[in-house]
Amino acid sequence: MTSETTRGPQEFEKVLADSATEVAQFELEDNNLLRRLHHFLHANPTAVPVIVLIISILMFGAIANNFFTAFNMTLIIQQVTIIGILGVAQTLIILTAGIDLSVAAVMMLSAVLMGNLAVNMGVPTVLAIPFGVLVGAACGGANGLLVTRFRLPPFIVTLGTWKIFFALNLYFSGGQSIRSQDIDQAAPALKLFGDSFQLLGAQFTTGSLLMLLLFPLFYYILNWTPWGRHVYAVGDDIDAARLSGIRTRRVLLSVYALAGALCALAGWVSIGRVGSVSPQSFFEGNLDAITAVVIGGTSLFGGRGSIFGTLVGALIVGVFRSGLNLSGVDVLWQQFAVGALIILAVAIDQWIRKVSS
Amino acid sequence: MISRKFLVSAAAGVVSLAVLGPTTALADSVIAGLITKTNTNPFFVKMREGALEKAKQLGVELRTYAGKYDGDNEAQVEAIESLIAAGAKGILITPSDSAAIVPTIEKARAAGILVIALDTKLEPANAADATFATDNFKAGELIGQWAAGKLGAKAKDARIAMLDLNAKEVSVDVARDQGFLTGFGIDVKDPKDIGDEDDPRIVGNDATDGAEEGGRRAMENLLQRDPNVNVVYTINEPAAAGAYEALKAFGKQDGVLIVSIDGGCPGVKNVRDGIIGATSMQFPLLMASLGIEAVAEYAKTGKKPAPTPGLDFYNTGVELVTDEPVDGIPSISSAEGLKKCWG
Repeated sequence: MTSETTRGPQEFEKVLADSATEVAQFELEDNNLLRRLHHFLHANPTAVPVIVLIISILMFGAIANNFFTAFNMTLIIQQVTIIGILGVAQTLIILTAGIDLSVAAVMMLSAVLMGNLAVNMGVPTVLAIPFGVLVGAACGGANGLLVTRFRLPPFIVTLGTWKIFFALNLYFSGGQSIRSQDIDQAAPALKLFGDSFQLLGAQFTTGSLLMLLLFPLFYYILNWTPWGRHVYAVGDDIDAARLSGIRTRRVLLSVYALAGALCALAGWVSIGRVGSVSPQSFFEGNLDAITAVVIGGTSLFGGRGSIFGTLVGALIVGVFRSGLNLSGVDVLWQQFAVGALIILAVAIDQWIRKVSS
Repeated sequence: MISRKFLVSAAAGVVSLAVLGPTTALADSVIAGLITKTNTNPFFVKMREGALEKAKQLGVELRTYAGKYDGDNEAQVEAIESLIAAGAKGILITPSDSAAIVPTIEKARAAGILVIALDTKLEPANAADATFATDNFKAGELIGQWAAGKLGAKAKDARIAMLDLNAKEVSVDVARDQGFLTGFGIDVKDPKDIGDEDDPRIVGNDATDGAEEGGRRAMENLLQRDPNVNVVYTINEPAAAGAYEALKAFGKQDGVLIVSIDGGCPGVKNVRDGIIGATSMQFPLLMASLGIEAVAEYAKTGKKPAPTPGLDFYNTGVELVTDEPVDGIPSISSAEGLKKCWG
């Protein structure tokens, strides 16, 4: 054997001399840019929505009157305040690979209870508001229990509770708004988050500031606390999370309950924003919140996405609504544009996901 | 064999029960159905109250149905089908989709059921046996005339914001919007189309979904288009309340006329408090109770209700509520309005 191998190349091996001698490598030259972009987007899921937001602001700034002013920019922030807060709640749930169709119903139910107690029944506001928040947390907790204990899919659970909470909202409100002027008289603290102040031509409400503060807070919680990392882990692969010792049921339950409490907080803020307790408002709030999360680049399959993406997603919708309106475009095209954005966002998400598989 | 015999006789028993059940019920009382767009809007809640009260008084058995949201045609189709199956004598309906519901209405009429449209006409209007409704065009016209009269000579330089319902341009939305513009003295071009006007006094249209939140957002957007808005038309009073909040946030609540339509109690209170300048009040309770009377009459004598002379529907009336009356436009004060308001 030894003597044969040292005898030099055999006849059929002679072609080797003409073949390539470099070490095998990926073909980088052809799609270098695209590939790098792919990797960049995979590492930074918020990049796409940020780019879309900047482009849309520039675009509407060029074509719509009065669009690109400090006042209008901050007005858009005010207009997305409620959807932004609901979006935080929704992001938490979608990160666990769940979905919550009941967020807006929980919000309105809490707001109606706060208003009924404080305005119609004369309960002190300092009691009425925490009660409303507790109810919100209980509603969320009920969703969480059904998902974890009875192992029902979140979509079905929250589809059901959406109807239930909405029916309760109508029962307690009779479909009737509580007027702004009556709130001013009986319980002005309910409208705390409607207070506004001017700053260099811009107008902020305390509610919009609260919304803006929630995002860094939850960014910190999700990225730098054990609980936050567990939320991502549960969403990414629940079995792996369980095997590595995470109490997945407890994490899920806490996510749903916290989301419910956030919805109730949104309810309080909505009283300031809308002026009255209006059981008819925000009928599509749950879908708007999901829209913000999805456009913000958070994956509906769980475990991937950034909380700031949701803020950007909500702002994109707000910018399109405002920009199209100021350009004098018919309302139906606003809906058309938002629909196109959703599909675009999910398509980009799918494309980004390919890099990991 | 025994078991089959047993099954057959049992089945026969069930069938005879099923046949007997409704026939005895039919002999006892007249069944009427009330189908509203939703059961959330206080307008429809009031309508149901009126119908229930009248039905009790006349011994009519009333079954009520509602869509899940404004525009929910499916639920209304199902409601009519159940009422046909139940052998109802009459159906009162506020159609969510005036045109799409018509084929189902035709089935009901073919089954000998009296169909009365409440509040909203069918398309075509004669698809129903009768329509009991507010003249929404007239309701809009009244507030348009009032706003023009209030502004006087300044009406020719008005800056008008139009806060409509939604992108669907349903018939009530169109009639109120175009009625207001006509009353104000603006050429509406096609009276079936919102937003085709080219009068420079109109700042723009936006959708409110008929609720406070949408009213506020729409008002903010239109104020961004033109901060000098001084007349605000709103599809209903919740939208008006939202618009007022936006004006207040912009520091422009004084010197802007807000007009609206509905006559709900919170809306009339807002007229009293100077938030809404004038509102056209409609009478849902009357529509429903008249409707039940008509069904009872039809069941007894077979006579169908006739429309108001000169109109293709029975006009249940509309009244302008304002505390700042304008000469030549009949109106009632908010104090009187509070006695008649609904919700």
